[in-house]
Amino acid sequence: MTLHIGQPQRRENARRHLAGRGRFVSDLALPRMLHAVFVRSPMAKGRILGIDIEAASLCPGVVRIFTAADLNPRCQPWVGTLDHFAGMQSPPMNILAEESVLWTGHPVAMILARSRAEAEDAADRVLVDIEDAEPVTGGVPVLQPGAARANDAADSNLCYEALLQTPDVDRAFAGAAHVVEAGFTFGRHTAVTLEPRAVVADYDPSSGALTVHQGTQTPYQFQDVYARHFGLPEGKVRVIAPDVGGSFGMKLHVYNEEMGAVAASLILGRPVRYVADRLESFVSDIHARDHDVYGRMAVAADGTILAMEIDDLTRIGAVSAYPRTSAAEGNQVIRLMGAPYRMADYRGKLSVAFQNKVQTSQYRAVGHPIACAVTEALVERAAEATGCDSFEIRARNLIADDAYPHVSATGYQFEKLSHQACLARLRGMMDPGALRAEQAALRARGIYRGFGIASFVEITNPGATFYGVGGARISAQDGAVVRMLPSGDIHCAISVTEQGQGTETIIAQVVADQLGVVPERVSVTTGDTATTPSGGATWACRGAGIGGETALRAGRQLRDRILTLAGALVQTDPATLRLAGGAVVDAATGAPRIALEEIGRIATYRPDTLPDGIDHSLTVAHHFAPGGYPFDFTNGIQGSLVEVDVETGLVTLLKHWVVEDCGRIINPLLVDEQIRGGVVQGLGPAFFEECQYDADGQLTNGSLADYLVPMAVEMPDIKIAHIETPTQDTILGAKGVGEAGTAAAGAAAMNAVNDALRPFGACLTQTPMTPLRILDALDAARQERTAP
Amino acid sequence: MKLPAFEYLRARSPEEAWQLHSEVEGDAVYLSGGHSVVPSMALRLQAPSRLIDISGIADLHGIAVQGEVLRIGAMTRHAEVMDNPLVARHAPLLALAAPHVAHPAIRNRGTLGGNLALADPASEFPAAVLALRAKIEIMGPEGRRHVPADDFFLDLYETALAPGEILAAVHVPLPPADRVFAFDEIARRRGDYAMVGVAAQADLEEGVVVDASIALFSVGFTPVRATAAQAALIGAPLSPESLARAQASLAEDLDPPDDPGFPAPRRLQLARVLLGRVLNRMETRP
Repeated sequence: MTLHIGQPQRRENARRHLAGRGRFVSDLALPRMLHAVFVRSPMAKGRILGIDIEAASLCPGVVRIFTAADLNPRCQPWVGTLDHFAGMQSPPMNILAEESVLWTGHPVAMILARSRAEAEDAADRVLVDIEDAEPVTGGVPVLQPGAARANDAADSNLCYEALLQTPDVDRAFAGAAHVVEAGFTFGRHTAVTLEPRAVVADYDPSSGALTVHQGTQTPYQFQDVYARHFGLPEGKVRVIAPDVGGSFGMKLHVYNEEMGAVAASLILGRPVRYVADRLESFVSDIHARDHDVYGRMAVAADGTILAMEIDDLTRIGAVSAYPRTSAAEGNQVIRLMGAPYRMADYRGKLSVAFQNKVQTSQYRAVGHPIACAVTEALVERAAEATGCDSFEIRARNLIADDAYPHVSATGYQFEKLSHQACLARLRGMMDPGALRAEQAALRARGIYRGFGIASFVEITNPGATFYGVGGARISAQDGAVVRMLPSGDIHCAISVTEQGQGTETIIAQVVADQLGVVPERVSVTTGDTATTPSGGATWACRGAGIGGETALRAGRQLRDRILTLAGALVQTDPATLRLAGGAVVDAATGAPRIALEEIGRIATYRPDTLPDGIDHSLTVAHHFAPGGYPFDFTNGIQGSLVEVDVETGLVTLLKHWVVEDCGRIINPLLVDEQIRGGVVQGLGPAFFEECQYDADGQLTNGSLADYLVPMAVEMPDIKIAHIETPTQDTILGAKGVGEAGTAAAGAAAMNAVNDALRPFGACLTQTPMTPLRILDALDAARQERTAP
Repeated sequence: MKLPAFEYLRARSPEEAWQLHSEVEGDAVYLSGGHSVVPSMALRLQAPSRLIDISGIADLHGIAVQGEVLRIGAMTRHAEVMDNPLVARHAPLLALAAPHVAHPAIRNRGTLGGNLALADPASEFPAAVLALRAKIEIMGPEGRRHVPADDFFLDLYETALAPGEILAAVHVPLPPADRVFAFDEIARRRGDYAMVGVAAQADLEEGVVVDASIALFSVGFTPVRATAAQAALIGAPLSPESLARAQASLAEDLDPPDDPGFPAPRRLQLARVLLGRVLNRMETRP
């Protein structure tokens, strides 16, 4: 009786947003609210000698200026380590810099004024005296003994290291017919959400209650953080995430500024608003990636992939991010390598290093684009070494669709994936034979096109072994309260959250189908710790798989309640009844027996007419935690067709294909938009996005004039197809989909660019693939050819 | 970022504008479309105490043929430069350049006069007026003068405008019927400032180039006239050989700054590639 699950329902809140009726934290104005501005370190590393706030204090509108001494004591410092990352170190972080500044943009003072403009005027007049020190800004030497430290509170620049290996990896390499290898560099980039980070902290001293309006994915996580770090009872802390203008992982980390807003509100007893502007977003929002990877792949003569060996150095900030750390990305990089392939042996080494830049942490598709690009570039080299084509070598090595369950060489357990079916479907969509013919014909005219493909797995729906086991107070479970109103309409309050991806829409679809109503009769509340049950909320693509299953189970419990009540009212065995068309109907014939609104009316206004002992409560609460496999892995494959202008280095993205398997599809429209948006966020850093730092640790392109986000004009048409392999771990069978597009788009595009450049012998192994890097690669190849 | 406090005043006549400007010597900025001044104030790169809105001054408006020139008023919006039939007919390089200037929302507000007065070396219009051999009409308390584009752009964001003077209009000499033109730029994203751009026009007699005017942008501190490349074209038909000569001559014309993210030799290389492409597609009416 699936009616709305699987239908392309439009996003319920899109019309409201389009009409300018969105209600974001940025729109919120509370009585007596103060505006916060932070004075930031202009240098990457140094010692604070003094801060003179006297002139600034006299500026019009200024209410208070805080420095570390009067703000930090209100907040317990935070430490970005997790127990299951053995040996990890990260010094504690405070709201404002105390003795040392650790990156360009590190907040050193906080100004509170009647308006943002007045606070900025005052910020110009704060005099900060900092003794400059040599910053650590990258490169391999950061880990050498005796190297200058990025953070003097750490005992070295090594934050964390890990080694993962199978016993026979050396033997596999020794016996291989071919070993292909390459070094790769993945630039830093950042999220650039439409709405920047925004918070209004509102402490009411009369009740001791703290309400924090915050543009975040994870209100419950922040409820816990604020309670613990500010010494408040959890029940007195309410976090409200209203409309949120994009998040992509960036808005679930603890930042100095949000903690500062809460601390200031606690001290001053009035609302404090902080909204990051674009420029400070670039120097305070987490950055992502920043990896140097050396990879080798052992291949048999027939093209069978035997083993991989990976050395990943990732450079984070001067401390690890809290509470999810800055080591999770590298950890996923070394575990996702080679994941789609049968390959038996593996060695992965990870080094996470401190440096004086903005901290890095989880951003859409954590680690996936790096693992995918390295693996898929090496697969292409293996294909070349063994005379296979791109499809043939993958057909030979991808895990067979009937070979599940399967454990990867890195230890991931796969319930059931569909790599081979996806590969076959992609081949049909791309028609590689026709593309090769076109490529040859165009090359004769001096036009260089290329195509590339990339298989991937995506980690979704993590269970408690992901964070909980490491001591992090991050929930793996979610909760829903579903109730029927007297009118027969349905309301669902649920802990998964909405940032524009349509969570509320799919929850309504799922609940509607359990209760036999149209989704229009289901209203959904999210994002408020006071009105929804606690849960993990939205990250790691958990909204559909975990949130959807929670809603489904809660909906079924309410269904059973309604049917029990209906059975009593119409004096029929509830087992012979079901819900459909907004009514209780005869299960066999579908004949209407009693409308939902009639049940609602009686249960609410005339419970006295019900038989004794009948439970007339039409509200149920249910919590669901994923069991079974530790993760729901999804899989898919992407293809990219590009044209490279070999005289200018410009790349035109002609077309992009995605075949994806996210299990049960709840809403094909929203799934496809998740994939398209994900692909664009994968292509962005492949060609455009990069946080560029100079040797002094200055971000040199920290504005939207200089930091290039991908724009619609430059993006290709994206063709999408689906294979559906529902997980058996849940009734719903949905896995996640939010990160699939990002996981492999860059990898496919890099293979495509290198395919286009093949006649020149040029090869790109660094992202973003800028015109200059492409011209440099062409020059390098030319010099190699002409060298004696 | 928020703008620092400032005073906003609207001038109804040039005389009033000069008066308002002189009252706060050196601390006033004229406002036309506001699409450069206002963001730079929000970024706190400049903090004039007074903005004088000159967009209501009648003399700065209008597009008309006046004798041997097309006069384009300073207040002409980029969108109008793009669509106006007189501009398309008599100043085609401006019409060709306009679609490359930023995005529609900016083109609806930004003005030609404001753009030229700012003189951003990466902007399209300064190079276009240079290639068109236009004159810039300037009015000030001392009177009205017409400065050739070649003498107008002096240095980075520095022009021949004296303090208090107002850029009133651009005068483009009407082109002969068989003049050929082309414009293009290399940008990583549509609407961005270009990595390099070229505006070119040439006059041919019996297929032989008798005059050429080529200007490049995003190659230095001002738009740059490619004198050597122009000379390389004159006296021969437009041919692969003459194009190659012009491309080779560019090294004499350009001395791009060595940006760490964009080395000078690469910029010169891209300029050569683009010049070749632009000269290859010169046509009488774009």
